[in-house]
Amino acid sequence: MKANCWQGKRKMSVETVPDPKILNSQDAIVKITSSAICGSDLHLYNGFVPTMQEGDIVGHEFMGEVVETGKAVQKLKVGDRVVVPFPISCGRCFFCQQGLTSVCENSNPNAFLAEKMWGHSPAGIFGYSHLLGGFAGGQAEYARVPFADVGPLKIENGFTDDQVLFLSDIFPTGYMAAEQCDITPGDTIAVWGCGPVGLFAIKSAFLLGAERVIGIDRLPERLRKAREDCGATTINYEEEDVLDALNEMTGGRGPDHCIDAVGIEAHSPGVQYAYDRAKQALTMESDRPIALRDAIMACRNGGTVSIPGVYGGFVDKVPFGSLMNRSLRIRTGQTHVHKYLGPLLERVQKGEIDPSFVVSHHMALDDAPEGYKIFNNKEDECIKIVLKPGEKRENLQQHVTH
Amino acid sequence: MATQTQETTRTVQPWQQAQSGQKSAVLGMDTERLARGLGWYSIGLGLTELLAPRAIARLTGTTNHQALIRSYGLREIAHGVAILNRPRSAAAVWSRVPGDALDLASLGRALASPRNDRGKTIGAMAAVAGTTAVDVLCALKLSRVTGGATRAEANIIINKSVEECYRFWHDFENLPRFMNYLQSVRITGDTQSHWVARAPGDFRVEWDAEIESDVPNERITWHSTPGSQVQNSGSVEFKAAPGGRGTIVSAKIDYDFPGASAAALAKVLGKDPEQIVKKDLHRFKQVIETGEVIRTEGQPAGRRSSTTWLDSVAR
Ligand SMILES: NC(=O)c1ccc[n+]([C@@H]2O[C@H](COP(=O)([O-])OP(=O)(O)OC[C@H]3O[C@@H](n4cnc5c(N)ncnc54)[C@H](O)[C@@H]3O)[C@@H](O)[C@H]2O)c1
Ligand SMILES: [Zn+2]
Ligand SMILES: [Zn+2]
Repeated sequence: MKANCWQGKRKMSVETVPDPKILNSQDAIVKITSSAICGSDLHLYNGFVPTMQEGDIVGHEFMGEVVETGKAVQKLKVGDRVVVPFPISCGRCFFCQQGLTSVCENSNPNAFLAEKMWGHSPAGIFGYSHLLGGFAGGQAEYARVPFADVGPLKIENGFTDDQVLFLSDIFPTGYMAAEQCDITPGDTIAVWGCGPVGLFAIKSAFLLGAERVIGIDRLPERLRKAREDCGATTINYEEEDVLDALNEMTGGRGPDHCIDAVGIEAHSPGVQYAYDRAKQALTMESDRPIALRDAIMACRNGGTVSIPGVYGGFVDKVPFGSLMNRSLRIRTGQTHVHKYLGPLLERVQKGEIDPSFVVSHHMALDDAPEGYKIFNNKEDECIKIVLKPGEKRENLQQHVTH
Repeated sequence: MATQTQETTRTVQPWQQAQSGQKSAVLGMDTERLARGLGWYSIGLGLTELLAPRAIARLTGTTNHQALIRSYGLREIAHGVAILNRPRSAAAVWSRVPGDALDLASLGRALASPRNDRGKTIGAMAAVAGTTAVDVLCALKLSRVTGGATRAEANIIINKSVEECYRFWHDFENLPRFMNYLQSVRITGDTQSHWVARAPGDFRVEWDAEIESDVPNERITWHSTPGSQVQNSGSVEFKAAPGGRGTIVSAKIDYDFPGASAAALAKVLGKDPEQIVKKDLHRFKQVIETGEVIRTEGQPAGRRSSTTWLDSVAR
């Protein structure tokens, strides 16, 4: 089959590799019909995630058709159409049983490496480094899915792939980010980053009863989407001082809850950016917490700082005193996708949200390396790219218009 | 990754800087000094790798691997601190050995790459191989002075009842399902069993074991029978975790290093025995909670092998 492989910093290539096989009795093999590129993949692409190895198949947001099942698989059948959650959950450990599936104790065979780095290991993730299991990912024609009775969600209605694909990651991620804020009526929520995760966080905050959501970014097409498709008020951080603007909008109190949907590769127009880039280059810090610092400083007393943005190692100059003295609360995590699958599919069915609004590009699997380039450089008004394995370039309309 | 610069670091300071006055009755001063030396060497090397990865890359003839070299730097520092904190612990010194293996493995990879300078890479490999030899020697010596044996201990919490954990472990034929280095265990009598261990390169060690005590749902202890090729003994304890949260399983394995078989056993264990017990327990947990050890060997990748050296270090 063909698969998109990481070959080093800013180097991806589509290779012909062996087809995946059943390796554990609870595995299924899925023939992939849609596979998205995520902001998290950009962290791999830009070399911020340690323990990637040349030739690793990437991709963790995918769906398709079950073509084979292991002998212990009971619920899934060949022919089922499924969306696959990005963290791998065993369904039986202490954490999985509480719904904390992204910190499953059994699904990372390389837990030992993660323990060295983080003290304890989280779950394994598809296509996301050897630290997180070294599992082959889903930007490919086929993928092997462990614990097939636990993860994949069966899709039985006539939704298009674009409408249900994002249940694999970014819709639950935005939703969990908002849910962690415990929104009450009247709340104002500020969201740093209007990428796919930020956009879903904005939509979800409204679904959960927020009065007002403020989206922060610098890319006009994304700010426009936040306003027009999600109903947010927006701030362009290149044009305004974000903290001043937020204080202005909230009478000086600050937003009730703040969401960092940017993560380690944050950008800023100020000297701060040069400082963090330099420290990163010297490996004196691994992550650039620019949005996180803002989110903490901006948040109103007693509010929540919810962090779906990915961090990997150490951050510098995080205003911890501000957190402590002002009774802020931090909530974060890789998303526990499994527990949101059912409830969010129901919201899609009820027509409360159509997740396909984020898609800007459809591309052939062969064009994945080009897709990474466009998405990384935010060229061509790119918001979300969906790769279509098995479909020819000629048959795809690259730009998706809504 | 050792280089010419580190060679100097290593010869000048460590031995002299080692603190004296902690002479112990059990442990020869020399070995302790050697351990401390390795500790300081680790820290020096780690700092250099962290702060000057480019220089190291140049010296070792490996271009484009600075991020990797930096991460090795962090690892070296961690080992150094561990050894200095516990200069008498064999485990801390053993912990250097897989690190050395990592270095050798990456230099080996670098050698295969046409971009790199072969002469320099080979030089660095020789230096690391030398360091590995010192590490192994020191670890073996420490293992010996603490009573001729290495004890490895670890525990893990499992989401199953004490009864289920005990029952599964009690059937020794289940052990190879989670102890990777065992090829088979065959029950040969009421309390007897025959164990076969394997290592890379078709290396095999066999021994007979006997259950010494067996307290249902509490504890099992066993030991190899006298005259076995390898002397070892083990015990496993099962305790209900507080709050009804399953079972805490604690395993303890003692390996003896009698003369010639030391090398044999080291070959089977390959690395820090404590890590092995810890990883065995993690696999035990996977098997008993989910029914199997989750695998990635045999999955596709855009390279020849499905897994990489990192996976083999981690598992
Ligand atoms: N927690 C999880 O499980 C999970 C899941 C998916 C993605 N993520 C993470 O969420 C983050 C966003 O993902 P995405 O797919 O939306 O990525 P993306 O790259 O498309 O979006 C990031 C956005 O942040 C903006 N930005 C950069 N610096 C900023 C700043 N200082 N202030 C405000 N905005 C800024 C960028 O312009 C961009 O629009 C990433 O870190 C990704 O790894 C986490
Ligand atoms: Zn993702
Ligand atoms: Zn689990």
